[in-house]
Amino acid sequence: MVEQLFQKYEPSNRSNLIAILQDIQNVFGYLPENVIQQVADYLKLPLSSVYGVATFYNQFRLKPLGKNVIRVCRGTACHVKESENILSALELELKIKAGETTRDKLFTLETVACIGACSIAPVVNINDEYYGRVTIREIPKILKKFRLENKAQIKQNTGEE
Amino acid sequence: MIELTINNIKVQAEENMTILDAAKSVGIHIPTLCHMKDLFPTGACRICVVEVDGMKGLIPSCSYPVAEGMEIKTNSTRVKNARKTIVELLVENHPQDCLICVRNGNCELQNLAKKYSLREHRYIGEKKNHAIDISSSSMERDPAKCILCGRCVRTCNEIQKVGAIDFTNRGFRTNVTTPYNKGLNVSDCILCGQCILVCPTAALRERSSTKEVMNAISNKNKFVVAQIAPAVRATIGEEYNLPLGSNVTGQLVTGLRRLGFKRVFDTNFSADLTIMEEASELADRIINKKVLPMFTSCCPGWVKYLEHNHPEMIDNLSTCKSPHEMEGAVLKSYYAKKMGIDPKDMYVVSIMPCTVKKFESARPELNYNKIQDVDAVLTTRELVRLFNMMGIDFDDLPEDEFDNPLGESSGAAVIFGTSGGVMEAALRTAYFNITGKELEKLEFYDIRGLEGIKKSIIHIGEMELNVAVVNGIGNVEQMISEIKEGKIKYHFIEVMACPGGCINGGGQPIHQKPEKVKKRIQALYEIDQKMSNRKSYNNVSIQNIYKEFLIEPNSHIAHNILHTSYTDRRKLIK
Ligand code: SF4
Ligand code: SF4
Ligand code: FES
Repeated sequence: MVEQLFQKYEPSNRSNLIAILQDIQNVFGYLPENVIQQVADYLKLPLSSVYGVATFYNQFRLKPLGKNVIRVCRGTACHVKESENILSALELELKIKAGETTRDKLFTLETVACIGACSIAPVVNINDEYYGRVTIREIPKILKKFRLENKAQIKQNTGEE
Repeated sequence: MIELTINNIKVQAEENMTILDAAKSVGIHIPTLCHMKDLFPTGACRICVVEVDGMKGLIPSCSYPVAEGMEIKTNSTRVKNARKTIVELLVENHPQDCLICVRNGNCELQNLAKKYSLREHRYIGEKKNHAIDISSSSMERDPAKCILCGRCVRTCNEIQKVGAIDFTNRGFRTNVTTPYNKGLNVSDCILCGQCILVCPTAALRERSSTKEVMNAISNKNKFVVAQIAPAVRATIGEEYNLPLGSNVTGQLVTGLRRLGFKRVFDTNFSADLTIMEEASELADRIINKKVLPMFTSCCPGWVKYLEHNHPEMIDNLSTCKSPHEMEGAVLKSYYAKKMGIDPKDMYVVSIMPCTVKKFESARPELNYNKIQDVDAVLTTRELVRLFNMMGIDFDDLPEDEFDNPLGESSGAAVIFGTSGGVMEAALRTAYFNITGKELEKLEFYDIRGLEGIKKSIIHIGEMELNVAVVNGIGNVEQMISEIKEGKIKYHFIEVMACPGGCINGGGQPIHQKPEKVKKRIQALYEIDQKMSNRKSYNNVSIQNIYKEFLIEPNSHIAHNILHTSYTDRRKLIK
């Protein structure tokens, strides 16, 4: 299946690297290690160069995303409204750092430059939902909602079987 | 020709010359960090900036070409301030543990700090915090000391063409590392150490074995012996400010004895032994139509490269162990028996110009009767540190001779230390083996020198041998495709991973000056020239060891002791 992703690109042509990596990320949601190796072989590039490019651009991820992606805005307006504290609170609550995914793969925590909702700063975005004027005290409640949703889903799935 | 002025001095320069080179031609030094001779400039570090009349910003001289009538200032206050700021920022982001650093006294960052009179800490900021990579038995990487000049990356990618390391991440988090930051030992790195030679700081360095060696020497139950590679004797003098290419074999022997080694042997003895085995293996492959071309196997960096990248060609590698491994194996069998020493109590230390030899000496294949052939490898640089520590003043050392019988050698053995030398040495013996006649003209000029690939057709009796010498691992892919194409049927191919051969190995004194390599090579050819015996098969100690012990080249016992096998490493890391 991975080979199909490359086939439309000319082998050994290094200028296709970024396009190929984008295609792979679109399929897998991230860049799996073994696939990066295959890209290197296909383009006749050292693995280190491909890895170097993959880590240079923020758009690429080397690890799969969690089920829910939490993005804390670190833009100017949010910064003024102390979004840093929100981030710290989330890191504490989830026991991970920004850029990481929880062990149960339920949450990935990220920061973004500016979401564009400055009027409701500080803003946190989880999947498709936006939470404005977030306070630290609300955070456990917000996370709980996703945890419960997940539990319900698991129950439903196992119940169906 | 173009005319311009630099610091009010009139300069004639060629078109397309960089400002840096034009300045150099009239004795004006401009500091550089990321610049590498003969490679395309990257302009990354900007330490080389100069002021050009009529231009707003400062100009990086390493990448900017001269133009007619340019007026350049290389030392204006503005230039000096800019450079000083760059150095200050580098220093503030550096661990600053100079006092306990292996490169103390030989560090480009230290030199710049001195040159621009850094006397206070003006910028205090966050420091990089990366773990040291000690995964490999040959080398260490300490990214906290990296100033991101990129010279190692370019050496590995553009010269060696291995591509084991590259820049990763960006901004403050930028780091030169292996894929997934997994460590050199699980990467494609061949541990050649060429990146160490170009690193301005101690971010790349050898894995030191000095402690182990000194512990063994002070252990009364150990019989600790040393052997010296050919390339060490022509370079170690550089560390004592002797003229380039000084041959200091005699002083080395004395110095090693004073360090406490019970015996001091010459790896050249085993280089002769290697030639006997390799020449006979070549004849056997040709006559009995076995796998050809045969590749030399003296360079463990090349062997590792082949194991990673072309495991399908492992059968082309000569099965001969490399010379210092043969020496170890013979010491722990033939010599130990002769002396009545239990081989388990013998501790063999190889003094090598090379970092990969450390990895090689730990290879599980390289033992005899489950006793490892070589116990420790010291690079030329580590030996200098031991001499210094033990108060051995190299300049005034009297000369001494190697112990025998593993100390006698021919001129053929000494040229093992340079690209083309193994081939030349082997041809001298192969000629005799095949024709029974002495070779008249011993020099094979076609395969000497610093070209990337050197080819020759050699006539031995009725036979016509196609041989090639690959100088530097970066040229090997071209050779391999040529072999696979099959237009010319090659018989024998020498490959050395380091450009120039062991004389420019990753364990040698750090110099940053390519012209030094030529002088070192010349020194080896001069030693060969001056030897009364220049052919391996005429080495009397070699003749004796076959008579007394090994019977004949490629005999059953010779195979057990002197030959080895290889590992498919593609499977190991992927
Ligand atoms: S030791 Fe050689 S192969 Fe390994 S990173 Fe350095 S230059 Fe590359
Ligand atoms: S490791 Fe050394 S050579 Fe490589 S980029 Fe860092 S400072 Fe430069
Ligand atoms: S030496 Fe010119 S920019 Fe680094």
